[in-house]
Amino acid sequence: MTMRDEEQTLPNPVRPAFDRPSTEDGVIVSIGPSHPATHGTLQIIAELSGERVVRADVHCGYLHRGFEKECEAHTWHTLIPFVDRLNYCSALMNNFAYCDAVETLMGVEITPRTRYLRTLLAEYSRIADHITCIAASVMEMGAMTAFLYLMTIRDYIYEHLADLTGARVTYSYGRIGGLANDLPEGWIKRLEEILDEYEVYVGRIHGLLDRNRIFIDRTRDVGVLTTEEAIHWGFTGPILRSTGVPRDLRKDTPYLAYDELDFEVPVGIKGDNYDRYFVRMREMDESVYMIRQLIEMLPDGPVNVDDRRCTFPEKDLVYSEIESLINHFKLVIDGPQVPAGEVYRAHEAANGELGFFLVSDGSGTPHRVHVRAPSFVHMGGLHRLLEGYQLADIVSTFGTVNMIGGECDR
Amino acid sequence: MDQGLLERLRERLDGDGREPVFAHGLLVVQLPREALLDTVKLLKDAFGFDLFLDVTAIDWPQREPRFDVVYHFYSTRDHVRVRLKTTVTMADPVVDSLLDHYGSAHFMERECHDMFGIVFRGNADLRPILLYEGFEGHPLRKDYPKEREQPLVRYRE
Repeated sequence: MTMRDEEQTLPNPVRPAFDRPSTEDGVIVSIGPSHPATHGTLQIIAELSGERVVRADVHCGYLHRGFEKECEAHTWHTLIPFVDRLNYCSALMNNFAYCDAVETLMGVEITPRTRYLRTLLAEYSRIADHITCIAASVMEMGAMTAFLYLMTIRDYIYEHLADLTGARVTYSYGRIGGLANDLPEGWIKRLEEILDEYEVYVGRIHGLLDRNRIFIDRTRDVGVLTTEEAIHWGFTGPILRSTGVPRDLRKDTPYLAYDELDFEVPVGIKGDNYDRYFVRMREMDESVYMIRQLIEMLPDGPVNVDDRRCTFPEKDLVYSEIESLINHFKLVIDGPQVPAGEVYRAHEAANGELGFFLVSDGSGTPHRVHVRAPSFVHMGGLHRLLEGYQLADIVSTFGTVNMIGGECDR
Repeated sequence: MDQGLLERLRERLDGDGREPVFAHGLLVVQLPREALLDTVKLLKDAFGFDLFLDVTAIDWPQREPRFDVVYHFYSTRDHVRVRLKTTVTMADPVVDSLLDHYGSAHFMERECHDMFGIVFRGNADLRPILLYEGFEGHPLRKDYPKEREQPLVRYRE
């Protein structure tokens, strides 16, 4: 190991929007990018007047890893694992939104079983994602017990999904035209047990937090957002709903099996931190309700479409007949041939509208993959939630916005 | 989804060099960049497209003009989406900024500037956002080599 040159100072990677305070008693502080309360690498340069935030300049990009560039060098299939790493709290939803976009471009219609399974798993992921968000944000306010209760449930879910997919967090379970594999034996039974456990634990969370004086003081009327402002700044998902409007793509532009399900869209009253907490709690309940309906509705049948353009042939056929062998090689080496064109497909992910904009030039490699990541857009409006509140509120507001570095910085 | 609204919008937008077509459930409008601001204003004020979803670009190195700039809009009232597409050349990669109409344009235009070098006239703050100060080039252009490294902190020997 060599020592860094003494005289070489590192250049500042960001240029703050302001470098001197606007008033005489103002102070400028830089929070993050590596700070215990910014789970995810985000830097906030804030001007303070006493304890009050006057201006905030939000910088993201510390986790940028060239996702969109890298996609252009892979086949449509082999970039599925990259997609996992966008929102790593609910990787399955990214999988399904991406696969849906490619399938739309190819004109592939997924099998009924896959349609219901994807819906079920997307809702299951939503629970895990909301749990992560709530657990982290209440922990930052000191609610350690609530954090541990929620993490218990999340770990049940992660282990259960590991049973299905072989991985705890980044599953790579979606496939173009289907899924990696069908449900293992006994998976649904365990799912029902976990949902029952979930209700017990979430009941305790409600008991611990809903009417807790400390929690209310830290969250009520903090980070308030109106509907007009939320739409102006591009907020979607639970944050937009917390301002009181039922805008949910699952209801508004139904995809997968959502038009066959009975569920409500919970909304908040005034768009503050408390509402964002409560909207997420209620959404999890709705997800559980949906999963229970889906368990009843789940049909038998194949999970992968019978389409040689995207589905791999059975292994024993690959070893025994030349057409399947060629088919297999073509899919691995050239990738699925996606017709030239452009498509934008949006799913209601845990954080908001997750859109995939794909451009194909007709080959097995994408010409352009663009992700409309909710977290990135939310960071563009984050300063509206911070300005005018206390320095300590940055921590709790940032927690309820649920910024995920993976999808924000791509 | 209100197909009637999209049909009305298609008729309204036809002409003035604009070519609206339907593709995969969206109305796609190809338009000259001079018509961009007027079209956006029309979309927002007369048709209720209040949510600005996304702006990005597509690089076609063999083509002239080289870049497509692609916008997506959503109407929270009617639940429909519109895509606007305009083209700009390598020599003059300038389009008008939508900052006056949508706050969310701020970060997204910065990202598009980072990645493709598209200049948004009227957006004074095009500082790097996903990249860092001093980064050379625009990585999502096809002529930027994927392997190129520009470490801010020198690697350890």
